[in-house]
Amino acid sequence: MSARAALAWLPRALLLGLLAFFIFGPLFNMLLWAFAERWYFPHRLPLEFGFDFWARVFAPRSQALQSLATSVWIASLTVLLCTALALPAGYALARLSLPLRSLIMLLFLLPQAFPNLPVYINIARMFYTVGLNGTVLGVVLVHTVHGLVYAVWITTAAFAAVDRELEEAARNMGASRLRTFWTVSLPLAAPGILASAIFVFLESLDEFTGTYFVGVPDVTTLPLLMFTASMGGNYQIASITALILLVPSLLFMLVIERFLRADVLAKVGT
Amino acid sequence: MSAWPAEPAHGAARRVEAAPGLRLAALGERLLPLVLVAPALATVLLFFVYPLSYSIYDAVFEDGRWTWANFEKALALYGPDILLTLATVLLSLALIAVLAVAIGGYLTLGEHPGAVALLRWLYRWPLFIPFIVTAQMMRTFLAKNGMLNHALIGLGLYTPLEAPSLLDWRGVVVAFVWKQTPFVTLLVAGAMASLDRGYVEAARNLGAGRLRILVEILVPLVRQTLFVGLVLSFVIMLSVLSVPMMIVAGQPTLITVDMAFRITAYGDYGVANALGTISYLMTGVVAWLYLRYAVARAGRS
Repeated sequence: MSARAALAWLPRALLLGLLAFFIFGPLFNMLLWAFAERWYFPHRLPLEFGFDFWARVFAPRSQALQSLATSVWIASLTVLLCTALALPAGYALARLSLPLRSLIMLLFLLPQAFPNLPVYINIARMFYTVGLNGTVLGVVLVHTVHGLVYAVWITTAAFAAVDRELEEAARNMGASRLRTFWTVSLPLAAPGILASAIFVFLESLDEFTGTYFVGVPDVTTLPLLMFTASMGGNYQIASITALILLVPSLLFMLVIERFLRADVLAKVGT
Repeated sequence: MSAWPAEPAHGAARRVEAAPGLRLAALGERLLPLVLVAPALATVLLFFVYPLSYSIYDAVFEDGRWTWANFEKALALYGPDILLTLATVLLSLALIAVLAVAIGGYLTLGEHPGAVALLRWLYRWPLFIPFIVTAQMMRTFLAKNGMLNHALIGLGLYTPLEAPSLLDWRGVVVAFVWKQTPFVTLLVAGAMASLDRGYVEAARNLGAGRLRILVEILVPLVRQTLFVGLVLSFVIMLSVLSVPMMIVAGQPTLITVDMAFRITAYGDYGVANALGTISYLMTGVVAWLYLRYAVARAGRS
């Protein structure tokens, strides 16, 4: 029996192993580069491992740390602006009667429905004439437009998933609409709104194309630094900065289900 | 319905005179939703819709006059790249669709709980990994000295001297499939999981094999979700600059790289916008196919 069982497992195990190699191979290859001091063809593994490049990346006032700070600053501002725009819009879309509601929802989808690179080129041109090119504000605006779809759609879903009866109970007990919003709707929708904020933060942290055109030449975010290092053939620096970008993304994948419950997910886009 | 109330009738006007505060309150009630949505809407209109429209305008107008010159130049210089872009993206989509259906199908129909759990844990890893990180990983993984080649050499498939580099359009396909398959799979597996198990059980009782259940029952039922995931991926792949820029060395390359090159090297917005308009047209055709399919489906049901 055990031999037959093992044989029955073989195709399954082979396929799963192949998939694991396909998924983790690139990750592992990058990890090797992050710790390689010397490595060239045809050696299968780095000739020397070490932390020299890590010391360079994390040296005080290094370019990498400065770009990381710029990236986090831009992502935080983007979250603030996106949330400030999406909270009222999401509440109105979920709870109030709005003429042309579905058309408005579709408008928010537009940035996902067209390739955005040519749009960024023209935003950069437009920003150039008003002096927004190469400024943090310019980059934040571009990231905000990109993140707004997720922010508005997820926030709308979060408000729509709040039990109406709880809001009505508060209103019946004499609470004003604003007070009901602050004490009932907002706290209940908070996990969904937090999920959208994390999502917007990550999208901004990882954004490359828009920053490439609009941030030039003064705003260097971590993805831009990584790109420059990689194109310059410095695979160690590129891999270490890529790892820094990777960690928050992987953490988010592991915790997303805590924040985005199925009842909210089911209401996204409706 | 208009957001602005019509002029009050005669009788109403008298009531309004009596209570102007009430009239304001009623007006506020009707305007409130629009006021709440307006800032977000204005942001999208000003920073996306306007530059989008402008890029199309700029592609076909020069000094206020209609011209095909930008398109002629774009086709002459980048015709092969346009075709390569379309081929690369379509091949990636086909592979993503097959993989997403296979993984989703196994997650739904798989009989061994351990293997299903392992697969569920495994397939999602690339989901939130940024494209630029994906590009950097593939740049090392698929290179002559990359792990893929070492694995294949280790298996005895070829010698180190024969080791190829996949850093051209093939590398782009690998990167796109690696990054986008989990996203489409997540949608497809979710749709499959929410289907009525009765269909599957009935087919199973009639003696249908799992592959047949997947192809003849599950896939047609989740076709719409699969299509949405593929359309979104199509647009994303046509927008990504980092992957072709970092993976493809030289020519031929994808049109995203060509657009960036026209701007950074020549400041040539006309041809860049013509290429941009061509990429809008590509997504337009796909969106039109999707809408036609969705309408036909709505008409049937």
